[in-house]
Amino acid sequence: MADTVVGANPDPHASGDDPNRRDFIHIAAGVAAVGLVGGLAWPLINQMNPAGDTLALASIEFDLSKVVEGQQVVVKWRGKPLFVRYRTAKEIAAAIKDDHSDLRDPATDESRHKPGKAQFLILIGTCTHLGCVPTFGGGDYGGWFCPCHGSVYDTSGRIRKGPAPLNLAVPDYSFLSDSKVKVG
Amino acid sequence: MSGHSTYEPKSGFERWLDSRLPIIRFANDTIVTFPTPKNLNYWWTFGGILSLMLGMQIVTGIVLAMHYVPSADGAFNSVQRIMRDVNYGWLIRNLHANGASMFFLAVYMHMFRNLYYGSYKAPREVLWILGCVIYLLMIGTAFFGYVLPWGQMSFHGAVVITNLIGAIPVIGPSVTTWLWGGFAVDNATLNRFFSLHYLLPFMIAGVVGLHIWALHVPGNNNPTGVNVKSAEDTVSFHPYYTVKDGFAISVFLIMYAVFVFFMPDALGDAANYVQANPLVTPQHIVPEWYLLPFYAILRAVPNKLMGVILMFGAIATLFVLPWLDTSKVRSLRYRPTARLYYGIFFLTCIVLGFCGAHSPDDPVIPAISGPQLLDANLNSFVWLSRIAALYYFAYFWVITPLLGLTETPLPVPESISSPVLSHPASAPVGAVASPEKRG
Ligand code: HEM
Ligand code: FES
Repeated sequence: MADTVVGANPDPHASGDDPNRRDFIHIAAGVAAVGLVGGLAWPLINQMNPAGDTLALASIEFDLSKVVEGQQVVVKWRGKPLFVRYRTAKEIAAAIKDDHSDLRDPATDESRHKPGKAQFLILIGTCTHLGCVPTFGGGDYGGWFCPCHGSVYDTSGRIRKGPAPLNLAVPDYSFLSDSKVKVG
Repeated sequence: MSGHSTYEPKSGFERWLDSRLPIIRFANDTIVTFPTPKNLNYWWTFGGILSLMLGMQIVTGIVLAMHYVPSADGAFNSVQRIMRDVNYGWLIRNLHANGASMFFLAVYMHMFRNLYYGSYKAPREVLWILGCVIYLLMIGTAFFGYVLPWGQMSFHGAVVITNLIGAIPVIGPSVTTWLWGGFAVDNATLNRFFSLHYLLPFMIAGVVGLHIWALHVPGNNNPTGVNVKSAEDTVSFHPYYTVKDGFAISVFLIMYAVFVFFMPDALGDAANYVQANPLVTPQHIVPEWYLLPFYAILRAVPNKLMGVILMFGAIATLFVLPWLDTSKVRSLRYRPTARLYYGIFFLTCIVLGFCGAHSPDDPVIPAISGPQLLDANLNSFVWLSRIAALYYFAYFWVITPLLGLTETPLPVPESISSPVLSHPASAPVGAVASPEKRG
């Protein structure tokens, strides 16, 4: 520091830590700039989330009398396949028998269908590994097999083998009548 | 820029421009008089080839965008229309689709060259990292581009890859929904992927600018890995390397043309000629050949999150490589032991590629049933990918750091010129030639 300073601005910090008016302006301007950038960034980010019409995607109704025993029908729901499976007594028995085996994502068979409707299994048909569509009838558990990386699901749609972490998801649905369901 | 500029404006106009925007000076210093090591071999021609391919992809891509319809209903048919009805559409699409493969082929050559000659070491770490950024952007661009024709492989490939993000704990699922713009890969996804596929190549071009800037500070490495000591070690870029690059580019273009004109679908997947159907997954989902090694690493692990971490880790590892290598000697010419491990590493990458192309449970050697080990048969592509993935990581994280500390390298020449010039007596054919031989 020179001994004599002519016409210098007062040292903002000379009088201790008290913020002076210049500090205030710096902070206020900084906060305003951050607020502005943030306020603009959020719309730019959020525009990529599902749009109103996508969110409003109608739920679907499905007539179960179209499925016969031992058959599976695949319908499209929210861009994804929905499995509607009419299970045989043998499949149901196999699923219940494994309720207490060593499951990766434990769930009883009963929790995966509506009460008294054990024959109808309604599942979102995307593999919980990376989203491929598993095919029915493959794998060692009589259920689904995912061709992509070899995940195996049992007759209750529970994950038994392979890289997938979770059971095939059960969507929200309710019975409108004895043979009609509303999904979503 | 290293060294001073030797540009002399020749005309009055050039002098006038030079004092306002020295752009001719810049071009001159960059590609005409740039002092370049005089011993660069053909592995150094891939930089030029890459620049050409980037330009090629941008030009053919912009033309395709004039005819392409980015919608789930229109995309597949618009691509078929380009192939059948648009004038020369078949040519432009074949150039673009095969161009991506050629681009990756060249970048892999370029990267293996850097690994072999230690070009990633000081003072070129930033140059190397920028290269890795380019490579990441290339992967992104190629992925988005492959979704656009909206065939079965486009669609289900996009499903599988976007679902990788769902493996991130807590935020994963909402990020995936955000990326999709819906509850599945659909029209919204296709539209944004088109927008990004258009954007990323221009970002690549920007990073290539930085990459070349970072190249021109330390200058090129060279096959000996020894620093340039004097003007005697260099020649001017033009005409020496413009001609060498030009020759390599011509040969490369011939190979490219063979694919474009005689086997345009050899590198593609037949399933992509079937329009996307969200309800049926093709029997066998595979990415394009240039991403197969990473796909094999992903599938090697029986846990979703770990698989994803390792796959990204395989690329992330490249970024820190300059600090993993403890050897002071750049070029593997003088590191015979390291050369051996490098050779195995190269083969490992190819083996991983093969694993990525096969079903995990298929036997590697047909008709032999090996013993069961843990969750899979030992004679299966899962186990082969596990072994190869292990070597991939061990090469960078264990072998490279340890080797630099333990090995004894061969004597390194004092300068680029010395093996040829300083010892004419002691260097008859054999002695000079031996360091030239590559393992
Ligand atoms: C679009 C992609 C790329 C373009 C256009 C490009 C372009 C170039 C050019 C023109 C050179 C100078 C000539 C040469 O050495 O061949 C160069 C050098 C270099 N590049 Fe790239 N490059 C690309 C991608 C990459 C990638 C992916 C990496 C590594 C991960 C990389 C790492 C390097 C390094 C370390 C050098 C200096 C090597 C030396 O001079 O020995 N580049 N690049
Ligand atoms: S997507 Fe089903 S196993 Fe990977």
